[in-house]
Amino acid sequence: MQQIRRRLLKAIGSVIPLAAAAGAGLLRAGDAFAATWNKAGFDAKAAADALKSLGVTGAQPSKDIVLTTPDIAENGAQVPVTVTSKIPNTQSISIIVEKNPFPLSSTYDFSSGADGYVSTKLKLGQTSNVVAIVKADGKFFTATKEVKVTIGGCGG
Amino acid sequence: MSRREFLHTLAVASAAGFPLGRAARAATINDFYDLHSFGNNVTLMHFTDCHAQLLPSYFREPSVNIGVAAMAGKPPHLVGEALLKHYQISPNTRLAHAFTHLDFERDARAYGEIGGFAHLATLVKRVRAQRPGALLLDGGDTWQGSATALWTRGEDMVQAAKLLGVDIMTGHWEFTLGAARVKELVETQLKGSIEFLAQNVLTTDFGDPVFAPWVMREINGVPIAIIGQAFPYVPIAHPRHFVSEWTFGIQEENLQKSVDAAVAKGAHAVVLLSHNGMDVDLKLAGRVSGIDVILGGHTHDAVPDPIPVKNRGGTTLVTNAGCNGKFLAVLDLDVRNKQVAGYQYRLLPVFSRMLDADQGMSELITKVRAPYAQKLGEKLAVSEALLYRRGNFNGTFDQVILDALIQETNAEIAFSPGFRWGTSVLPNETITLEHVMNQTAITYPYTTVTEMSGETIKSVLEDICDNLFNPDPYLQQGGDMVRTGGLRYVCDPTATIGNRIRNMTLNGKLIEAGKRYKVAGWAPTGEGASGRPVWEIVSRYLRDKQVISVPHLNLPELSGVSDNPGKA
Repeated sequence: MQQIRRRLLKAIGSVIPLAAAAGAGLLRAGDAFAATWNKAGFDAKAAADALKSLGVTGAQPSKDIVLTTPDIAENGAQVPVTVTSKIPNTQSISIIVEKNPFPLSSTYDFSSGADGYVSTKLKLGQTSNVVAIVKADGKFFTATKEVKVTIGGCGG
Repeated sequence: MSRREFLHTLAVASAAGFPLGRAARAATINDFYDLHSFGNNVTLMHFTDCHAQLLPSYFREPSVNIGVAAMAGKPPHLVGEALLKHYQISPNTRLAHAFTHLDFERDARAYGEIGGFAHLATLVKRVRAQRPGALLLDGGDTWQGSATALWTRGEDMVQAAKLLGVDIMTGHWEFTLGAARVKELVETQLKGSIEFLAQNVLTTDFGDPVFAPWVMREINGVPIAIIGQAFPYVPIAHPRHFVSEWTFGIQEENLQKSVDAAVAKGAHAVVLLSHNGMDVDLKLAGRVSGIDVILGGHTHDAVPDPIPVKNRGGTTLVTNAGCNGKFLAVLDLDVRNKQVAGYQYRLLPVFSRMLDADQGMSELITKVRAPYAQKLGEKLAVSEALLYRRGNFNGTFDQVILDALIQETNAEIAFSPGFRWGTSVLPNETITLEHVMNQTAITYPYTTVTEMSGETIKSVLEDICDNLFNPDPYLQQGGDMVRTGGLRYVCDPTATIGNRIRNMTLNGKLIEAGKRYKVAGWAPTGEGASGRPVWEIVSRYLRDKQVISVPHLNLPELSGVSDNPGKA
């Protein structure tokens, strides 16, 4: 069964993730890409500027955000990052990689009632904090985890 | 009988020394390996990290095994006299020899070689006779470490493990045979005899499990769950292409799910067969609840007693059973009212002189070695020094490899990886090709010569040093520090990344950040690497030299750890 699923998905290729995301109601299809593009945020070269662009002030660390990353990246070019927000009325989830040249990696908006869940792969140039920022009821909450990027080798 | 009484027996037995008369010898052996009745109902045998050593050999324990931050001065980061004192082991005894580097040459000659599957098989049978129903667990690093394991792609070790009666295993270096070979062996040869478990190996695409995460086994009517934990950093520590479609990691949440599922299915005890490394296991034991015992390996720590760790579900015992086939751990559990009421643990050294070779296993070993025995017996040189590898920094056998790399490639600097496996060679023993293979037999043995800037050299050393001394065990990989030839430096293990390596010099001159240096190395993890196998380089060097005098051991000057009992 899993083998069939794998082959099927390989054949269909990269269409699947977008379609799946839209089908699950996670993306607000009506929002035109350009209309909501946070140019200042994605062009920002410092994490502080990216936060500013999102309008983040007084963000509180929250245990209701589950940020899952590997402790050590197996491949810095594709680091799996999952964010689950259990905070009611989650409106958006943004992910910042503090040490990346452009720290703001992505922002996901959620239409009312959608589960605050994002699973993605990010490129990390070096060991860095990964910060998830959740906006809910107009307030900001964060969760932070360090991901180590190493040249590897020399394992016992 | 408590462990202390048991140790006393050992001390008395060894004080008698050898040679003994036949009757006295038999009595001594009985004392040494008698398990004594504990009234328990469940027994697990455990060995780990044998690194494919089918034959008895020597293995010198480290004289440097530094713990930093919360790990400083605690087991497993105790060596030599500090270890003996902590575990109340009498110095100058058989047991002191098994657990420390002290007077290694003298005691190795007195007590003989250790391990070997034929002798291990005899001990396993002896335990089974005293503990009917006992399971035998193999913590991994079994299919790598010798020429025959490399050249038969793990086949010799699979046959030996099956004959030994291994019930369950997990893995690490096994994966460097490539995913396809591992799957082939697991699905054909292991099928029906050895269960290969790994809860933390998943497919990269959907996160599907690649192996069974756990099994339930009844031992004398008591249901015991065994969960497998493979080495979490296989794609980082080794070339990623070996397991390109699999992802690893510690996978705590997944592990907790397996534990909860096992308890829900009626397990009276839950055991984790782990290749995490001991520091990782000690941290994990505080964070995951419901595991009774973690039988650990990877870091090659020979730790006489389990370490109890408290967590929200109760207490988890954490062990580590050494390496090289040197020890067989025997864990007795007294399981009553569906829980562990008591335990007894022994880490039995496998002294080949005290245990007759099992005939069936001897025949198998002779058979699997036959096509290669003559080639491996080639006498390359005689060493005037004790050659060994294990230790946080350099070892004498590594120094020989570094010297060979520099001479054979005309490089200014040489790097040799800080592996923890590799047998020891006593002074005036002949170094054979087999000895060289015991240090180098890997599936990516390529020798490389590259130009590196001083800045790059510094960042490489910092990166590897952080994998060894990061204060968070989850960010350690479990190997030792890369060994350097030519290059000298000062190392402060207690500093942070970027600040541990100082004063790098070459021939008395400071390394310049912008200058380029010719650097030789082996075991490259990068994509598409190639080069001559390092054993060819080392063999040629040894044939040329004929006599290896005591190597000048290039050790970094250590800073910040003067009082650390992980340093003799």
